[in-house]
Amino acid sequence: MSTIKSIIQEICPQAVFQETENAPVQVRLQAAELAKLLKPLREDAALQFDYLEDLVGMDFGEKLGVIYRLYSTVHNHRIIIECQAESRQEPELPTLSHIWAIANFYEREVFDFFGIHFIGHPDMRRLFLRSDHVGYPLRKDYDPASNPLKLDAECLPDDTSVYVDHDGKTQIEGHTLFEKDEYVVNIGPQHPATHGVLHFQVSLQGEIVKKVDVHCGYIHRGIEKMCESMTYPQTLAMTDRLDYLSAHQNRHALCACIEDAMGMEVPRRAQYIRVLMDELSRIQSHLLFYATFCMDLGALTPFFYGFRDREKILNIFEDTTGGRLIQNYNVIGGVARDLHPDFIKKTREFVEYLPGVLKEYHDVFTNNVIFRQRSKGIGLLSREQALSFGITGPTARASNLACDVRKHNPYSIYSEVLFKEVLYKNGDCLDRYMVRMDEIEQSLSIISQLLDKIPQGDYCAKTKPVIKLPEGRFFKSVETARGEFGVFIESRGEKYPYRLKFHPPCLPLVSVVDTLASGNKIADLITIGASLDYVVPDIDR
Amino acid sequence: MEIRKPKIKGLPYEEFNDNEYIETLRKNGVGVVMGNLDSIINWGRSNSLWPLTFATSCCGIEFMSVGAARYDFARFGFEVARASPRQADMIMVAGTIVNKMAPVLYRLYEQMADPKYVIAVGGCAISGGPFSKSYNVLQGVDKIIPVDVYIPGCPPRPEALLYGMMQLQRKVKVERFFGDVNKKEPKNCRLPEIRPEEKPVFASKYQDNE
Repeated sequence: MSTIKSIIQEICPQAVFQETENAPVQVRLQAAELAKLLKPLREDAALQFDYLEDLVGMDFGEKLGVIYRLYSTVHNHRIIIECQAESRQEPELPTLSHIWAIANFYEREVFDFFGIHFIGHPDMRRLFLRSDHVGYPLRKDYDPASNPLKLDAECLPDDTSVYVDHDGKTQIEGHTLFEKDEYVVNIGPQHPATHGVLHFQVSLQGEIVKKVDVHCGYIHRGIEKMCESMTYPQTLAMTDRLDYLSAHQNRHALCACIEDAMGMEVPRRAQYIRVLMDELSRIQSHLLFYATFCMDLGALTPFFYGFRDREKILNIFEDTTGGRLIQNYNVIGGVARDLHPDFIKKTREFVEYLPGVLKEYHDVFTNNVIFRQRSKGIGLLSREQALSFGITGPTARASNLACDVRKHNPYSIYSEVLFKEVLYKNGDCLDRYMVRMDEIEQSLSIISQLLDKIPQGDYCAKTKPVIKLPEGRFFKSVETARGEFGVFIESRGEKYPYRLKFHPPCLPLVSVVDTLASGNKIADLITIGASLDYVVPDIDR
Repeated sequence: MEIRKPKIKGLPYEEFNDNEYIETLRKNGVGVVMGNLDSIINWGRSNSLWPLTFATSCCGIEFMSVGAARYDFARFGFEVARASPRQADMIMVAGTIVNKMAPVLYRLYEQMADPKYVIAVGGCAISGGPFSKSYNVLQGVDKIIPVDVYIPGCPPRPEALLYGMMQLQRKVKVERFFGDVNKKEPKNCRLPEIRPEEKPVFASKYQDNE
């Protein structure tokens, strides 16, 4: 802790530190100082912050700024850096994209929502909204009426702008994305292989992919802005609709964040129920992955197999929660209602049933020659790339990057259960598939450990009718089926959050498509996209 | 003169008949030969409605569930999900439509061949649903394309989806094919109010009709 402080103080004498117990170092920096600090942050042997966890744009009221959260996988320490731009009219901050690759997408998102220009960023375009959108929606003074519905097709330009610093003056330079004679194919936004409304502009040379430009935002619903005018219990409903296949886990993250901020104790029974539900939804999500992944590779039978077994989990969900896909089950303080009397019996039947089926899955598909050839060695992602792109979840674990939040930063009762963190070494499509299949077995083991031990007691703690959080910044992350899902709340002591940011696990996944697909054949792009298993509403929020 | 009594399995005729829309369709009457030809063609059309695989969010997963073995919409002739709008008979708008997606949806609808039908699935497609206060969400797809059947829910259960699809079959069965559906002009398309300087290029033909 003190070494981090002294190193930073040496480089940035004006840094303001904020002391809190049992919390990572918090520091406030000037924009010019941040630019000096970036390289040492990544490269200094005592710091080595190799993983940019999140980059949260903020409207501080008078000024705009960004909160960076960095983590070091070498030293296991964390730092939170706050940096405000000088002027509100033309806010400017230095870019991080040359050091952490994922900053490229995060900064485009902040530019889109807050209008902050990042000096030196190679591609300063909007990420989610239309290029002719007026204003920046997450600023507090944004007027929604300024953007009526437009029905003309959006024109996608072939070039982009770069903000460059010339002796203290910012200049805009042009930068070409696609040359005039390049052969560009559009995949999406309406295409069965993109798993939702995602748009790839793929530059081709013959059959080889040269470059993939990803266009997001076809399902950007403005959830974060809506949450700012909602009470805390109301915001819960939004999380289920982000990554609808990890509905329980997303909601778990937000509930846990609010509970931590309030200092509330969750009953043991509720924690057991939450973890059971989390693991069940992880299994159903991976089963759906199996179904769609195989379907994208041309095998239709596994689609029916996967959905057949997924329905069994949905039945269990439905008994207890009343919902199939979106359950609205976790509430602040616990869960909405007690377990159905048949829950334990049905779940145990399922836990006994699934291993046999998994063997069948492997017999039918995993050892198929065509599948092996199409997935082995395709879309290689190294451990360093995974770190730099901020990738978490099964995709990172296929590249031998241990990042399971359940293991390394245990929440709820995960520290009390035994399970193995599944790691694979190659980082190709086959490994990403295998990680998920093996994780199903680990989840089954967690469920069977917990089923016998569910304690009696309350399933929900009593809460006040109006929930207010104390002033401060709160962060909580959980492991969803796709990676680390984080919730950041800035509270100013009211019953509405001042800023609520969801950190989606899928945005890093889609940012890496270009790196993975370049140099491969266009058919492999489909395999790669399917093996990453992103959910588009989670990217766009 | 009464046109005909469509036979639908599992739905009593009285219940089927209790529908104002059918009354308006039957107002004009139809000849014996044409009426019988209509019923043959409509029987075929209603039992082979090909949906476009179009899903933006959560409802799309339920749409996939309906396609899978447990609910199996192949029983009703919906199994040929097409990825191209040119080959599809109906579009199931499953999920939220945001402002950036609206022109794409509009274009997809335009690209479909007549006769074409629209089902709005879920709260988002009907009215914006839980996101109706958002700055970027279209408040219901019926603002840009005409909707035949609305299926409420968030997301609707697969049974609800099946019921909604069967409602569409009912609608197809009572339509007049010759002289009406086979010559359908896109005149019932309601366009949103667009500022004059931003008038979309392809909207002109609708404005002439009105």
